[in-house]
Amino acid sequence: MTTKKVYIGCGAGFAGDRFDAAGPVVRTLAQRDGPRYLIFEVLAERTLAIAQRLRRNAPQAGYSPYLDHYLEPVLAEAKKQGIRIVSNMGAANPEGAARRVLELAADQGIDGLRVALVAGDDLLAMHKAEEIRNLPTIEGITLADREIIAANAYLGARPVAEALELGADVVLVGRTTDAALTLGPLIHEFGWAEDDLDRLAQGTMAGHLLECGAQVSGAYFADPGFKDVPDLAEVGFPIAEIDEAGDIIITKAENTGGLVSRATVIEQALYEIHDPANYLTPDVVLDMSRLRVEEVGPDRVRVAGAAGRPPTSTLKATISIDGGWLGEGEITYAGPNALARAELAASVVRRRCQILGIQEPVRVDIIGTGSVHDNDMGSQRTGKELPADGEYRVRAAVRSSSREIAQRVSDEVLSLYCSGPAAGGGVRQYVTEQVSTASVLIGRDQVLPYVQVREVTS
Amino acid sequence: MSKIEVPLHAVAHGRAGDKGNRSNISVVPYHAEVWPYLLDQVTEARVLDIFRHKGATAVKRYELPGLMALNLVIDDALEGGVNGSLGIDGHGKTLSYLLLGELRVKVPADCLPEGSPWRGSGI
Repeated sequence: MTTKKVYIGCGAGFAGDRFDAAGPVVRTLAQRDGPRYLIFEVLAERTLAIAQRLRRNAPQAGYSPYLDHYLEPVLAEAKKQGIRIVSNMGAANPEGAARRVLELAADQGIDGLRVALVAGDDLLAMHKAEEIRNLPTIEGITLADREIIAANAYLGARPVAEALELGADVVLVGRTTDAALTLGPLIHEFGWAEDDLDRLAQGTMAGHLLECGAQVSGAYFADPGFKDVPDLAEVGFPIAEIDEAGDIIITKAENTGGLVSRATVIEQALYEIHDPANYLTPDVVLDMSRLRVEEVGPDRVRVAGAAGRPPTSTLKATISIDGGWLGEGEITYAGPNALARAELAASVVRRRCQILGIQEPVRVDIIGTGSVHDNDMGSQRTGKELPADGEYRVRAAVRSSSREIAQRVSDEVLSLYCSGPAAGGGVRQYVTEQVSTASVLIGRDQVLPYVQVREVTS
Repeated sequence: MSKIEVPLHAVAHGRAGDKGNRSNISVVPYHAEVWPYLLDQVTEARVLDIFRHKGATAVKRYELPGLMALNLVIDDALEGGVNGSLGIDGHGKTLSYLLLGELRVKVPADCLPEGSPWRGSGI
């Protein structure tokens, strides 16, 4: 007797991920027997805040602007093969996303597609902005007098499982934990109870390993000569095979580049983790301190040993507030004496900002001197032996609540074209609206997740 | 066995992640024989020294002996992080390589990975 296995592939690990990555994942899943799922994780904290702004301007908008790009190529094949899709492309408007998926299905002649949406994460829909503003933030940031753009609680995996119980082919959520996209299907398939803590921990571990896409299968890993990765341009996205006991095999789509090894899995296991014994989620507190990771075949790594403890009584919520403007400008100096010309340009920009009476701190980097690892003062550059000739890029940056000031600092780099040192070239300017985020904890009774199902009817 | 002093990068790999103004960096040796040397030499104090110019205030080291990996959590390392940094990499994604490059460790010469450019350098 073979034990039931659930296959979960990942088609995207962030909002800017490749649109064609899911194809090989779907083709591989199509050859497997058993329940199969395809997840897309495309919702960072800032992405959600931007989506909320889009929705405010146009009520139909506010779901992932890339929904068509990700789903159009795979929707028909996934439905045909019985591969169910779970994604947080709902962003600030899961209902709008569901409507759009139904339109896509109708356009492609996909009959009987059931689409479920999970909502209830939006705290602004249930609470007054003033109430939210008064919550203490984990970071100690004060929210008073700041425009609240978005406030969303992290839902867990249970509502996702509930949507699957209702027979959904596609489940669209807003803010849930990224791991819920994987744990939801596992709870649905195996019926794991709330006190099946070690299994929930393993399911969360699987989700954590899948949620950044190819970061577990050879991407964000290659370091030529030290860590070589085959065919990164066509890196294969990961697939997890999970059995009823919660045992995980991490592998990847067939006929692709990349690699799954002990090393790729360990790097991703610890990615964005603080205390490995206390990874808090709404479903379980994950303890990975006794995690075991072993290679069991080519591009096959077994992950076991995650332990679980009961979840806390609160949920984390992200509050997004207006973050003002970031103004940046860049210019390059190259060839003989490039470093001295770049240093001169940097000091001209600093002096100009003084003359203009800019009050905000202005940072001026010289890219090529190790500036990314330096600080606002450039203190590590002093006394460092650097080639006098070569290629250096001066970059000025300021943050301000005023767009005008952000623009003015950026323009001081532009003006170096005619008023700076010899032969500056390649100016680029960026003035971008910023979102700041803070975290709060709220009681579970303050959040009411709900599920709705829609269907294409011909 | 003769020891060789090399940057951490010669014997270990890692990845940086961010949450707010806090960075976490994993450190994983290529060879198991290096593990005790990392436990001994990749200390909280030495890591803090490398990130102090960024404003870092504290380092907590978590050990995962089953994985043979360290997780270093560095407070206030990101100059405000994506919310506030004026630097070009507010997430601190490149910081794993600051650590791997700046922290030097003394290890037995035969612990270096096959084909490592540090093999036979004798420094």
